Amino acid sequence: MIQNVPLSYVLIVSTLMFFIGIYGFLTRRNLITMLMSVELILNSVNINFVAFNRYLYPQAFQGHFFAMIVIAIAAAEAAVAIAIIINIYRNFRSIDVENVDQMKF
Amino acid sequence: MFEQITFFVIAAIILVFSVLTVTSRKILRSAVYLLFVLIATAVLYFMLNYNFLAAVQLTVYAGGIVVLIIFSILLTSHISERAVMAPLKQSLLSALATLAGATLVLMVILGFNFVPNTTPVADQTIREIGLALVSYQRDGFALPFEVISILLLAAMIGAIVVAKKEKLILPGKKEMIENTENNSEQ
Repeated sequence: MIQNVPLSYVLIVSTLMFFIGIYGFLTRRNLITMLMSVELILNSVNINFVAFNRYLYPQAFQGHFFAMIVIAIAAAEAAVAIAIIINIYRNFRSIDVENVDQMKF
Repeated sequence: MFEQITFFVIAAIILVFSVLTVTSRKILRSAVYLLFVLIATAVLYFMLNYNFLAAVQLTVYAGGIVVLIIFSILLTSHISERAVMAPLKQSLLSALATLAGATLVLMVILGFNFVPNTTPVADQTIREIGLALVSYQRDGFALPFEVISILLLAAMIGAIVVAKKEKLILPGKKEMIENTENNSEQ
């Protein structure tokens, strides 16, 4: 744990980061920036897991490994999402959610 | 004292660059701001003494995902292009909703008294982490490790199949494919 920094400070940072990510997801109109907002959300959840692990259960591993698995899932999700986005760009010549209004190719 | 100051600096960097990530009008810039946020998070992990996790964060997130995102930005939009945001009314409503959510969660967090556990920290060398990752005993993580490897394989195959240029001409789809080919020639 960090000297003189209580757990709630870390949780405040991660909460604010989470809701900033949600704000970005709601207001952005570009698929890639929406993906970046999702990365922010996943990252804030990781901070939570790690902080709980370190402050409340320092003898255990669970939060640490869960954060690692979330990182791996984020990588897989980014790869698939970017493949889909590039395919959408090829078909619509745009990646704005306003223009992508049909799912059948 | 020194650690406290470092924590506040890192927290400020994380919050400021998160806001810039979601509000910047230039897409490439917001990707770079996201990179700063991820690196600051890795520093936070270093401060919490999770060295291996911080290294994973740096290599996978900052090294892999951000580079992937920057590549796809360069493939799909012009450098000078300015991002279109939601209409003002929708932005205000989203800001209101997220502020309400953040206030609620912060009230719950600040109202709860977390008692830090002072038991000695588990030995978390790379060796311990590696052994725990493949152990199927109690406190082992062999099952999630195998599941995540299958998920990564599936995601890799899926990404290749989705992003591959279509060459098959299925009945009824011929016209569509010719159209897209014409478009790419133009």
